[in-house]
Amino acid sequence: MSTEKLTIAKAITAGLADELRADDKTMLLGEDIGSLGGVYRVTEGLKAEFGAQRVVDSPLAESGIIGTSIGLAMRGYRPVAEIQFDGFVFPGFNQITTQLAKMRARTAGTRQVPVTIRIPYGGGIGSVEHHSESPEALFAHTAGLRILTPSSAHDAYWLTRKGIQSQDPVIIFEPKRRYWLKGEVDRENPGAADNPFIAQVVRRGTDATVVAWGPLVPVALAAAETAAAEGRQLEVIDLRSLSPIDFDALETSLRKTGRMVVAHEAPTFGGLGGEISARLTERAFLALEAPILRVGGFHLPYPPSRVEEQYLPDLDKILDAVDRLFTY
Amino acid sequence: MVSDAQTVPQPLPPEAVQLMTPQGAPPSALNEASERFLPYLQRLNTEAAQNIYRTMVTTRRVDQEATALQRQGQLVLWVPSSGQEGAQAGALAALAPQDWIFPTYREHAMALGRGVTPRELLLLFRGAAHSGWNAQDYRVHPYTLVLAAQALHATGYAWGVGLDQCDWTSQQRAENGEVVLACFGDGASSEGDIHESMVFAASYDAPVVFFCQNNHWAISVPFEVQSRVPIARRAAGYGFDGVTVDGNDPLATYAVTAWAAEQARSGTGPVLVEAHTYRMGAHTTADDPTKYRGRDEEQSWSALDPITRMRSYLTAQDLGDDAFFSAVDEEAEDLAAQTRQAVVSMTAETIPALDDVFAHAYAEPHPLVEAERAWHHTWEAGFAETEGENR
Repeated sequence: MSTEKLTIAKAITAGLADELRADDKTMLLGEDIGSLGGVYRVTEGLKAEFGAQRVVDSPLAESGIIGTSIGLAMRGYRPVAEIQFDGFVFPGFNQITTQLAKMRARTAGTRQVPVTIRIPYGGGIGSVEHHSESPEALFAHTAGLRILTPSSAHDAYWLTRKGIQSQDPVIIFEPKRRYWLKGEVDRENPGAADNPFIAQVVRRGTDATVVAWGPLVPVALAAAETAAAEGRQLEVIDLRSLSPIDFDALETSLRKTGRMVVAHEAPTFGGLGGEISARLTERAFLALEAPILRVGGFHLPYPPSRVEEQYLPDLDKILDAVDRLFTY
Repeated sequence: MVSDAQTVPQPLPPEAVQLMTPQGAPPSALNEASERFLPYLQRLNTEAAQNIYRTMVTTRRVDQEATALQRQGQLVLWVPSSGQEGAQAGALAALAPQDWIFPTYREHAMALGRGVTPRELLLLFRGAAHSGWNAQDYRVHPYTLVLAAQALHATGYAWGVGLDQCDWTSQQRAENGEVVLACFGDGASSEGDIHESMVFAASYDAPVVFFCQNNHWAISVPFEVQSRVPIARRAAGYGFDGVTVDGNDPLATYAVTAWAAEQARSGTGPVLVEAHTYRMGAHTTADDPTKYRGRDEEQSWSALDPITRMRSYLTAQDLGDDAFFSAVDEEAEDLAAQTRQAVVSMTAETIPALDDVFAHAYAEPHPLVEAERAWHHTWEAGFAETEGENR
């Protein structure tokens, strides 16, 4: 097994490059992704290798990027669109939700639109307004889309490749504050990432389950580390796919531990934590020792970054929720 | 010699290309702007000219029938196209068989003219399907109800055409190059997606003909609220050509679109055509135009009815005799009867089941959809058992 140590950002670069090599119909488009290599340099070097026709510096227009990607996909291309930041996806929201997601159903399965949309998301980077949001629930609510979010370099490489290969439209939310997190990447063997739509148990435990995804997986793991020192064994699940959600894996864990916390950066209200809580309550009510608790953002516009640490779920908030699980 | 007042009726802008008088008098360049398009008319042979007329007449008859079907509760909605047949049939005649059409939801003459059957066309308005036809079969994309969204799909598709044909010679392009006709209305011209599609099309020299049917009313909002200038003048701001044409003059619309398609096919990028026309009826059957516009305006446009003008032209040019016109009328009646029959005979068997929506939501297996589909089957089966017991 040959592995290499890469940051999440460079693992995504490698995934994009390998897909560009594998299929000459694959093309990347987005703002500043060519010569600059993207604001996070995720596409660095790709224009030089694959040319300006396949790594396209597009006009600054999100609806245009998504809408033309739909047309390119109909023509037989496999566009991978980059949205520069989470909060800027909304000019393209209409094209994603009313067009991209529905095209296959509208055409009774005769039109495939295998468009991939990459969105760096989440907070914790000390940025300005509209650069730190977690809009995943807004898209997960729309049928016709698939949503992935990696938390490790290996997954970042493979989820990128699998997302592009999917015949369905896929949004990949990239945890931007983890872009520089390093990990071993095996470019030949996907392992569990062969099916990117199943959740991963990233730490075994017996006392309670913590569900997290993307940027919060390292936080959940750190919480489990601390809890272990205090004598509580937490199982940590990295959801990886937000649409579909692997409820089977969550149910298995919940039946084992009887207690669950769902942590995400997006506001708690109307977030995916509520969906997970409701469904697992339906599926495993009698296995519950306590209600499933959610740890998320406040019902606020994402705050100025000087106070984002107070807004974001952290190790203490997760551990506090775990403690509350044991008071029922 | 006809006076200007007759040749260019208000509110047609003075630069509108017009090759036929309001009375349908034979083609000539009626103003300076029209001169360069006259040669394109030479490509329109008798059969093609007759076909424009046939498409207009049969479409209007289907339109009338569909309106009646909606009033009888057989359709959930209908979007009338009366008055706009000239713009649509003229433009359609200018396209090559390999060209693509990305319509809004009112391009009935284009769809029927390309062979989409009335049944396929009306499945959407019956509430039985989102698109009743396979786009590939007719090279007509599904109707799009979100304003202007399809202009970006058309542009992306055309961008792909350009990439596919980047190594082609000019001769190959002229013979087999594909052009995409992106349809939109004056109301949609206010949407950002029109702006973005024009920016992208210009950036990548996409072979798109932006085809705006300015029918002067965006439901109840007049064109004057949408734009200070004719839409075609906006093209200059994006760096390509724009032409305004009398959309109720099918010959002029044909000639201008033929020129535009030739430009786009050559690989030099997009072109914008604005066809000034008039929606003679309501926006949809849910609308009441008497609440927002005057009878005299409607009457002044009725005088420019493209069907009447084309018939006068065909007669004057000896391109159609009574036998031809009767045959077309008969064909239109047949099609109307087929339309009615197709709609009223749509039953549970011919209307797609909810199960098909489950089947097509995703290309690859999706556990949530599969679980809900299984639940729905069980639910439905429960009713079947109850019905059996009651029998």
